[in-house]
Order: sequence, then structure tokens, then C-alpha cells
Amino acid sequence: MVASLKELATREDRLTSGHRACAGCGFPIVIKMVLMSTDDPVVVANATGCAEVCTSIYPYTAWNVPWIHSAFENTAASLSGVESAYRSLKKQGKIKDDRPIRFVAFGGDGGTYDIGLQALSGAMERGHQLMYVCYDNGAYMNTGIQRSSATPIGANTTTSPTGKKSFGKVQPRKDLAAIMAAHNIPYVGQASIHNHRDLMTKAEKGFKCDGPAFLNVFAPCRLGWGFDPKNILDICKLAVDSCMWPLFEVENGVWKVNYKPRTKIPVADYLKTQTRFRHLFRPGNEEVLAQIQEDVDRRWERLLEMEAITNKK
Amino acid sequence: MAVNKQSAAESQAMTGNEALAEAMRQINPDVVAAYPITPATEIVQIFSSFHADGLVDTELVLVESEHSAMSAVIGASAAGARAMTATSSQGLALMHEMLYIASGSRYPIVMPVVNRALSAPLNIHCDHSDTMGSRDAGWVQIYSENAQEGYDNVIQAIRIAEHNEVQVPVMVMIDGFIISHGMENVFTLDDQTVRSFIGPFKPRFPLLDVDNPVSVGPVDFTDFYFEHKRQHHEAMVKVKPVILEIAEEYAKISGRKYGLFEEYMLDDAEVAVVVISSAAGTTRYVVDKLRRAGVKAGMLKLRVFRPFPAEELAEALQHVKAIAVMDRADSLSAQGGPLFAELRSALFDLPKRPLTTNYIYGLGGRDVPVADIESVFNDLLTTVSTGVAGPKVRFLGVRE
Repeated sequence: MVASLKELATREDRLTSGHRACAGCGFPIVIKMVLMSTDDPVVVANATGCAEVCTSIYPYTAWNVPWIHSAFENTAASLSGVESAYRSLKKQGKIKDDRPIRFVAFGGDGGTYDIGLQALSGAMERGHQLMYVCYDNGAYMNTGIQRSSATPIGANTTTSPTGKKSFGKVQPRKDLAAIMAAHNIPYVGQASIHNHRDLMTKAEKGFKCDGPAFLNVFAPCRLGWGFDPKNILDICKLAVDSCMWPLFEVENGVWKVNYKPRTKIPVADYLKTQTRFRHLFRPGNEEVLAQIQEDVDRRWERLLEMEAITNKK
Repeated sequence: MAVNKQSAAESQAMTGNEALAEAMRQINPDVVAAYPITPATEIVQIFSSFHADGLVDTELVLVESEHSAMSAVIGASAAGARAMTATSSQGLALMHEMLYIASGSRYPIVMPVVNRALSAPLNIHCDHSDTMGSRDAGWVQIYSENAQEGYDNVIQAIRIAEHNEVQVPVMVMIDGFIISHGMENVFTLDDQTVRSFIGPFKPRFPLLDVDNPVSVGPVDFTDFYFEHKRQHHEAMVKVKPVILEIAEEYAKISGRKYGLFEEYMLDDAEVAVVVISSAAGTTRYVVDKLRRAGVKAGMLKLRVFRPFPAEELAEALQHVKAIAVMDRADSLSAQGGPLFAELRSALFDLPKRPLTTNYIYGLGGRDVPVADIESVFNDLLTTVSTGVAGPKVRFLGVRE
């Protein structure tokens, strides 16, 4: 049960302010909410990327908890080493503290969907007691907005630019949460920062489940997506209400859609809020818009089917 | 290596891989993370049996790649654990990125490496192209002639890596198949002796000290990166005396004494071969044969390649008239192998430089018979008699 906002406001900031992320950036909100979801001591591992670069410029650090970064593609492997060290030292009686230590990794979609997928898959399969949180902003933002396998169809990025013969990224995004669920780990959740209660409930479950957990969290990038910083949470809400980014979880193989919008809004309402999709509203791109809507609908139906199938008694 | 005082009856027949795995069992690391690769696989396989029999306290992390093996070992070391892995060839190449991160972040990791040729073409047999490719990764590199040296070097490596003045990872090499799979008599120490020699691991800033949080591996820009690299350089400078100090201590418990290199019949030698690892055995045999024939032949076997003991090598070789430098790897600089380049540079400041020739040999496991080493010494004798070194870079045992 997530604590009240009043109580949450009194909790220690495990990622302090003063880090150098842009105004209106999603990842600091993801990290703060996830780390507020447990009172236990935590150790954080961070993939190379915006979160790492903005929070750790030597000799400063924004982290009030033990934190390790080593490379881009290996965060899950590196944290699995930390967690194994903990189990080893604990077993040998070299750690006297009885409080359980929680292990959590943060990586962007580039470090998670793409270059870090192998290390992530390995760590999940091995069953380490850790949670991996992907802050998904749908492109390689730290290197300057290049397309990743999380980039949605039609997005304008620096490596899938719009042009006379291009409407932006051609391929639909990879369904990472489903890939993680296929590892048969105890907990997989997909969440968004505009719904703190849902996100923090999922983070709590991820910390407490017996074995590895994975969270995929929607984390807009104002620079890469092109929006006014003050609109970040509205954009998240539109993504969820259009079913472009459904909130769901897979607990021990059972799928549950945590939020079903009363009225599913057209995905165009979400796309319109960001300059990366601006070109789609020019004449000639009607088919692409229809294709995006179709893709969203197909995935939403599929999600509802997974829920129905796995909840059959 | 000094003459052993123990009787042969106290030794055990072991392969190189068995000797390294035995050393790892005695070290009893907190964490071992590894991925199989020929010919190093057996080390972790044997260690896994020790683990399965409850003979070690180690958490064994059987990762999905060598990149993840080194990453997990880095994580474990940062957490506050004594952590090890073992690999070879392609595995070492896949770790390449993480080798620099392990050393640059100053994690005292120890890794046995079984030398094997790098692809392409694919080949599983011995040469030194794998670890020579990692020579500038900021690790200490110690090469072993045989299983005994491999065993002794791994135990000493723990002390070297964890030394307060060092805090740099160490890789310990044996030759693939020739040593890793060759059976020989090995003298091991008892468990208690090894454990008191290495002592408990004392991490400096462990992540698991949750009440004193540290950030490790931050981004380090123009204002500090250079200073941190300079500190790493200073640590490498300090490694040589530390290696010698630990070797001294190790000699007391084992009767086996190590240096930065081994000099064999070198004091009055006029011609000498400089060699690394198992080919030293063949070279020593040829030196003995030549000495019986009245030829002043000698050998220098390099143990520590990183840091490179340049001054000590120059001192040891200054009186030799002609030197053959044996490289079991070609740097493909079109100027000879890596050992040749560095050794020539080490000799450059001598008032009277020996004549040097490079021999690239044994690539991809090509055998190095006695006759080949004899031909090298014959070339050296010709060099001495004519005063001309001839072709600078030569190939031994290859079809032209």
C-alpha cells in the first residue's frame, strides 16, 4: 500500500535536487518515485545515459544511496555482481546488518531494449534478487535523439529523420515488457510517472517479490519529443488514455491491465502534443496516422486477450 | 624459479587448468563470474565442482557472456567482495571494454587467462595475441612458463592487486593446451598457508556499506579525467617493487622465488634469447645443449610484461652481443611483435646496444621444436661473427 502524499513528502530524497537533468525531464521523477517505494537500504546501478551523466559529474553526485556505473550495455550484469557479492558476504557472516538491502538498476531504452538486452536477459534468467527499471523515452537522448527499438512509428529522430521520402521511424516499437514476462520472472510492470500511485505500487511489488523484477516506465524527454516542460504529466496521461502506453503488470505469469480508460482517446490527440510527430499532420501522411492507430489498437486488444487468457480459472 | 627443496613425492600430477582451479579454491573468492571458452573452460568447470561439493564459500555467477562476466566481477568488487573470473582469446576480446573500466576504476580483480590465438581465422590453440591485445588495458600482466608458475602467480596476484599502493587488476597467463592441458608435477601449498598469505579482503569503499554511500564510476570530464589517469600511471610505476616484495614473502612459504623475469645462464652470455611462457622450456634445453658445446648461450624469460621492466631488462642484457626476441604474437605494425618493440626501446639508452632480431613464432599453436630454437641461436652466432644483425623481423616455423 503506497503511503499518502503527505507522508511521501517527508521521506528522504535519495536522488537529490541539483542534478543537471533538463526541466521537464521524466527520468528523475521515475528514479525518485521508485526509490521512495521502499524504506529498506538500496544500492543503485546506472547504465550510461542521461541519468548517469546528469547525476554524477565528478566531483559531485546527486545520489544519497550507494551507486555504481560501469558501462552502457552491462547494467544488469554489473548489478547482478553486486547482488551476488551481498549474498556471498551475508552467507559468510561478513555482513552483520539485518536490514535487507534492495538492488535496483536504472537504464534508458537504448541501454535496455537494445545494447543491454543480452545482459538484462541473462540477469533475469539467473534469478537475482534485483529490480531493473527502464526509463523509456523512446530514443537515444543522451547522444542526441537517435532512434532506438523503443522509438514509436512515425517519430522524427536524428537517425530516422523526416524527409522527402521519409515520415520518420518506420518500424513499431519492441514490446520489452512482454519479452521480460517471457523470462517467467515473478514481476513485470509497465507504468507511467503521471500516476504515482500505480508506479509506486509496482515498484513496491518489484522490490518485495521473490526474484528478479522488471519495470518499464514512461519517461518523456522534452528535448527529444519537443514539448513545453510544464506539459510532461499531461502528455503521459494522453499516452495512457489513448492506450499507446497501457498500464499493466504480469505477476507470476498472470497479466493484469491496471487502467482501462473509460473513453479511449484517438492516438492523434497524444501525437499532436509533440514536435517529433508534427509532420504526421501534414497532408499526405494520413495513412501513417492510420497505421499508428491500428498498431495501438492491435496491441491493446492483444493485451486484453493476455489478461483474459491468463486469468482463466 | 629457484630450485625446489621439496621432494617429488610431495608433488601432485596436475594440468595447468587444474593447478589454476586449485589456486582459486584455496583463494576462496567471494564471487566468481564466468563464461566458458576453450581452453580456459576447465578452470571454471573444476571450480564449479568445488562449489558443488561445498568446498568454497563463493557465489558462482554463470553469466551469458564474457562481457557480463567482467561486468559482474566489477560489480562484485565494487560491492566489497574478492572477485575473480577466467577466460581466453575471444572471451578476453569481448571483455575488452570492461578491462579498461576494471583498471580505470581500480578494482583489484584477479583473472587467469589461458593464452589462445585470436580470430580470424578461427583457431583454439596457443599464441599470445589475445593478451598482447590487452597489454595497454591498464592491468598488470604476469606470464607463466608452466602449471607450477601459474599456480604460484595466481596466489601472488591476489596480494599484488589488493596492495594498497597498487589497487590495479592482474591477469595471470598460462599457454593454451601446451600448459592448460599438459600434465606435470605441481607443488601446492596447504589451504591455511595460502589463506594466511593472502589475508582477508579489505575493500576500501564498498557499495554494501549502505550507511556511508559512495558513487562509483561517475562521469569525469576535462577537469579531472587526466588526474585520474595520472594516478593510474603512478600505481603502475609502484607495481614493480610490490611484485618483488611479495615474491620475497612467497619464497618464504613456498621455497620458490620469482622476479620480474628469470635469467638463465645469462651472466656471461654472448648470445641470448628473450622469451615468454612455455617456449622457455625448449629454450632452456637448447641453452644447456649449447653450453655443453662451449657456446656462451643464455636465456631471459619475461614474467612481468605489464608494467614493462625496461630498466631491469636493459641492465640484465647490456653485456649480451646479440639478442633474439621471441614474439608469440604479431602486432601487425609491420615492425615486429610487441615484445620486440618494447625491448628494443628498453635497450636504446645503453651506451653499447646489443644487436637485436625479432622472431615471430608459434602463431595459432604452431609447434616450436628444438631445431627451431637451435636455428635462432645459430643466427645469433652468425650475427656475432659478422657484426651484422640481418633482417630485423623473421618468422620461425612458417611456410613462406
